[in-house]
Amino acid sequence: MSFNNLDTLYRQVIMDHYKKPRNKGILEDGSLTVDMNNPTCGDRIRLMMKVEEDKVVDVKFEGEGCSISMSSASMMTEAIKGKDIKTAMKLSHIFSEMIQGKEYDEEDLDLGDIEALQGVSKFPARIKCATLAWKAMEKGLQE
Amino acid sequence: MNPYEIRKLFPILNQEVNGQPLVYLDSAATSQKPAVVIEAIEQYYRGYNSNVHRGVHTLGTKATDAYEGAREKVRKFINASSIEEIIFTRGTTTSLNTVARSYGLANVQEGDEIVISYMEHHSNIIPWQQVAKQTGAVLKYIPLQEDGTISLDDVRATVTNATKIVSVMHVSNVLGTINPVKEIAAIAHEHGAIMVVDGAQSTPHLKVDVQDLDCDFFALSGHKMAAPTGIGALYGKKELLENMEPIEFGGEMIDFVGLYESTWKELPWKFEGGTPIIAGAIGLGAAIDFLEEIGLDNIERHEHHLAAYAMEKMSTIEGLTIYGPKDSAKRAGVITFNLEDVHPHDVATVLDADGIAVRAGHHCAQPLMKWLDVSATARASFYLYNTEEDIDKLVSSLIKTKEYFSNVF
Repeated sequence: MSFNNLDTLYRQVIMDHYKKPRNKGILEDGSLTVDMNNPTCGDRIRLMMKVEEDKVVDVKFEGEGCSISMSSASMMTEAIKGKDIKTAMKLSHIFSEMIQGKEYDEEDLDLGDIEALQGVSKFPARIKCATLAWKAMEKGLQE
Repeated sequence: MNPYEIRKLFPILNQEVNGQPLVYLDSAATSQKPAVVIEAIEQYYRGYNSNVHRGVHTLGTKATDAYEGAREKVRKFINASSIEEIIFTRGTTTSLNTVARSYGLANVQEGDEIVISYMEHHSNIIPWQQVAKQTGAVLKYIPLQEDGTISLDDVRATVTNATKIVSVMHVSNVLGTINPVKEIAAIAHEHGAIMVVDGAQSTPHLKVDVQDLDCDFFALSGHKMAAPTGIGALYGKKELLENMEPIEFGGEMIDFVGLYESTWKELPWKFEGGTPIIAGAIGLGAAIDFLEEIGLDNIERHEHHLAAYAMEKMSTIEGLTIYGPKDSAKRAGVITFNLEDVHPHDVATVLDADGIAVRAGHHCAQPLMKWLDVSATARASFYLYNTEEDIDKLVSSLIKTKEYFSNVF
């Protein structure tokens, strides 16, 4: 593998989310908070969601980690903001299939920037980085 | 000693990873195994696989001789006074847990103190946290100096007459610091405490003499010193081990079993419940022969040289921070670093694309990461098969990594 192959992993849009994370910060009152770590590498995320009438009306995150984990968190928050819980869970399922390199059906949902993370499936050691924020979201919304 | 010749003795190193010749710089996680070790294990399974201390038959005798022969090699390797003091375990973690559960729980009481340091591996933290929780003892930490070393003044200030156990790593798996465990043991003994040494990172790289260190327990792992995974040893002073109870019961360790009462074998077997790790022990014996033939002094010198060479070359990279002692004489062949604006996982992924294996993460030392005020770091670690050329490749790949990440933005 040459450095050129790294470009399938480090896509421009990923680095953009890493450098300028969307929805980064703290959600005050009334929010659902989930803390999650990746114990093997030390990445951590705190995800805060405000859910009203089955809908994620606002979402923010804080955390520390690599470009993949932090950009994935940023993209995830963008994707679920304003969506109902069912749609958010569906997105998470599609993301999970995509990141494992499986065939996935986008259905009627627009994945947008998230599709840039598809290249992670070629780097098995980094899949856990990409899924951290999504797991936190699933955990929060299941409660 | 010629590392280019030594490399050839390790079959795994002769391969390409991602289209590039493998540069293995992760020996502090686990070392590679020379052909002689792999063959010793194969010979056992092909030629005389049998349970030990049981059968009357020929293979059983051969297996027992090889297993007990390996114990004698470990004894000699760390200069214990008798084989009764060498217990085979799964590795350093099991060895330290054995001391904590068998010695710790029986000898530590409420209000007593257990002293460790900020740089410890999780395996030398959590067993003591558990003992402290169960007994009501206090767990205390020796602070670190700015350069990641331990000062004996700090040890003296931390250890008191209430201290029952002091447990410190010999060589740091993150900072590479070589700790003055002999001097720390002397301080512990002045206060009537026992001294436990986590030798996972020292036994592969430098000559260990447990009698000279005067430690009470010493833990080591085979897989870090050219032997297979799943085998390690616990050294303990005979008078301490004799008064300790086993923590695993059944199989190998029994003397007489009655319906309601049983008795244990003598040392060291009373601590080896179940069928022991026979192939692993034989592999460890072969690894010790291999390392001794090259000479631990030569290995140590070679690693100091590589560490000094790497420090010099790596410090020319702008934006690269190296953690731990600046003086390479104070450190073993471990260089932990961060590249400005690039997360260590990303560094490790880019280096891997160049065939270079390094570790990224918290290195099982979260309290130390907190002390360093970082969430993760990258680590290059060296062993007898690494060369200056490996380090040159690392340095040029790190420069490429820097360039790559400044370009993708």
